[in-house]
Amino acid sequence: MRSFVFPEFEVIRDEERCGSCRGCERQCAFGTHTYDPVADRLVSDDHKCAGCQRCVIFCPQKAIVVRPSPSFYRPNASWTREKIEDLKRQAETGGVLLTGCGSDKPFRIYWDHILLNASQVTNPSIDPLREPMELRTFLGRKPEMLEISSKDGEVEIRTELYPNLTVETPILFSAMSFGAISYNAFKSLATAACRSGTYFNTGEGGLPREMRSEFGRCAIVQVASGRFGIDAEYLNVAQAVEIKVGQGAKPGIGGHLPGEKVSLAVAETRMIPQGTDAISPAPHHDIYSIEDLSTLIYALKEATNYEKPISVKIAAVHNFAAIASGIVRAGADIIAIDGLRGGTGAAPKAIRDNVGIPTELAISSLDRRLREEGIRNRCSIIAAGGFRSSSDVIKAIALGADAVYIGSAALIAMGCTLCQKCYTGNCNWGICTQNPRLSGRLNVEIASTRLSNLISAWSHEIREMLGGMGINALESLRGNRDHLRGVGLYEWELDVLGIKGAGE
Amino acid sequence: MMIKAAVPKGRPSSVPKAGVSAGTGAVSIDAAGLETRELNDRLRELQLSGTKRVEISNVCGQRYIGTRLYTPEGQQMEIDICGTAGNDLAAFLSGHKITVDGNAQDGVGNTMDSGEVVVRGRAGDVLGFSMRGGEIYVRDGCGYRAALHMKDCEGKRPVLVVGGGAQDFLGEYMAGGVVIILDLDGESHDANFMGTGMHGGVIYLRGTARDDQVGAQVDISPADEADRELIEEYVSRYLDRFPEVEMTKEEILASPFVRLTPRSKRPYSGLYAY
Repeated sequence: MRSFVFPEFEVIRDEERCGSCRGCERQCAFGTHTYDPVADRLVSDDHKCAGCQRCVIFCPQKAIVVRPSPSFYRPNASWTREKIEDLKRQAETGGVLLTGCGSDKPFRIYWDHILLNASQVTNPSIDPLREPMELRTFLGRKPEMLEISSKDGEVEIRTELYPNLTVETPILFSAMSFGAISYNAFKSLATAACRSGTYFNTGEGGLPREMRSEFGRCAIVQVASGRFGIDAEYLNVAQAVEIKVGQGAKPGIGGHLPGEKVSLAVAETRMIPQGTDAISPAPHHDIYSIEDLSTLIYALKEATNYEKPISVKIAAVHNFAAIASGIVRAGADIIAIDGLRGGTGAAPKAIRDNVGIPTELAISSLDRRLREEGIRNRCSIIAAGGFRSSSDVIKAIALGADAVYIGSAALIAMGCTLCQKCYTGNCNWGICTQNPRLSGRLNVEIASTRLSNLISAWSHEIREMLGGMGINALESLRGNRDHLRGVGLYEWELDVLGIKGAGE
Repeated sequence: MMIKAAVPKGRPSSVPKAGVSAGTGAVSIDAAGLETRELNDRLRELQLSGTKRVEISNVCGQRYIGTRLYTPEGQQMEIDICGTAGNDLAAFLSGHKITVDGNAQDGVGNTMDSGEVVVRGRAGDVLGFSMRGGEIYVRDGCGYRAALHMKDCEGKRPVLVVGGGAQDFLGEYMAGGVVIILDLDGESHDANFMGTGMHGGVIYLRGTARDDQVGAQVDISPADEADRELIEEYVSRYLDRFPEVEMTKEEILASPFVRLTPRSKRPYSGLYAY
């Protein structure tokens, strides 16, 4: 059937600069560029272009520009070009629209409407270049009170402590599975996490055996509804276990890793046959209630000899704070809350762009709810979904999060341009693909250095902002909404966030 | 039952007052009044001290028996349970042989990796959920959602044999492994939605099944020669484990068997627009 959809992008080649080296042809796994030997020139098929900019950046002659195609339908505020083209695509295929990455829709980004405080004259600011700044964070259940004793100057904590994760900076890598992302991308995250004193999250695709001894010390392993790649060793080499109930990009639904992405290595790691669809059902079929969840939480505590904190990851949805309270009471040590703009390797577009609530509001309502119920100490909160910069992170901490997960930001650090074609398996940046020719493009040493650089840069900026507020430990900012003010927000939004308006 | 205070977290319980049985060389534990965690603390200590065989009496709903028995060295134990094993018996089990002289509650063999579980009674719901390896034999029937998302992989093929009947959603999302439902009590397979979303593995039912009892992704066909060889092997093993069953192998195998298999390894491949 002839497609009635415009090309999304147009490829413009400067023929004077182009040396016909065919580099662009090799770079593009979507087949956008082909060489015409008769004319001795490269031609481009705009319809195939994903807009990932790989050819633009790697063209030695800087001869290519890729930009949104200027073709337009008659302007219509209701029937936008995106709506018209999505509809046409469905008319042509009869399928569910798939997409990748977090929602790109213009929901209000609260981070951009919240401003931080700084010290002036009184409570002087602190210079992090000269003074120690504490970003180290402990994730897990804290005791109700601490009993200490001292004898001959030796202080001893008498209270039994619960297992906690120690993270040197409040930024962890979000769950991205081997299978969704390439082996090199997965290993880059693991390498950077170990180097930067933080953790990566395996997602639900298992942890390759050869990585277990080296990278288990900075791994959070996931147990999701598909139960892929889980054995007792997997649970025990990690530092924490996360039960994945939901994901911000697709709350309430499961996932299908298509059979073509289930390569031999992916199959071995997930412990399934090669080439079958890896189906994660929408719910865990052994969890239909809070009591069932508690059963699994304690099964995992048993399986890990009560030595590791158990996290439960849920998507931020309308009534999630009440659910989260139940999750804490069920025995979870950490709650990971993934908001509306959380990323994904593949999700139905209808779900990604229409289900859930923004992370910012979710953090505040969760923190408030747990405080009101007097159980905030029983779990840590890791917030996820749309963190773009250090200032987003520090605002999340002030709203009540203990730490954040970054997914898209980490991928962008490795080269991702958010082209949203993750589900095709043709990622030209070698990140979201199982094609060895493409994944080989991602050098683990370089990619992990880029990731560690990002963690280091953000951590330094957090220290600067913290020092500016006259605070020398992140702990003192946690849930400290007095250091935040809103601009351009409605009263109800300020109420949910629990912050005052600027100038108040 | 005597109620005891929970063991403080992180603190191992006292050394078990365990007796050594003269006949079997097994260490025995009286589970009466023990909390789940206390019982599993004792099992763990016995494993680490090199015990190979344990008999647990008066089990009454304690959960996760066998779950905490992973060691990197893979030390194996045989555990005999007398009583009713609680939820998630043998969850994440890594080797070991566990026999229950009694019934087992929900979640037996949850995400089990290897080993063997024998239940001389009936098992509850979600039996063998996401099980990847090892074998489970249940003498009588089982509850809903048995063998849900059971799977196999290179070198591992789980087997679940149930002497009685199974309930709805048997083998839902099943991705691998072998399930044999013998229905010896002759209650016939009333279950509906069997194999919904199934994309791997095989279910054998003694007797017959109608099209309206299985999911749209499932084919029903009579067991062929190769199937019957496999069934015969596991019926023999079932009878070895349950000598009290009054039927002979020949009587059991005299019935017809049907085979439920998935129509595709990729049940949802046509769902999306690219």
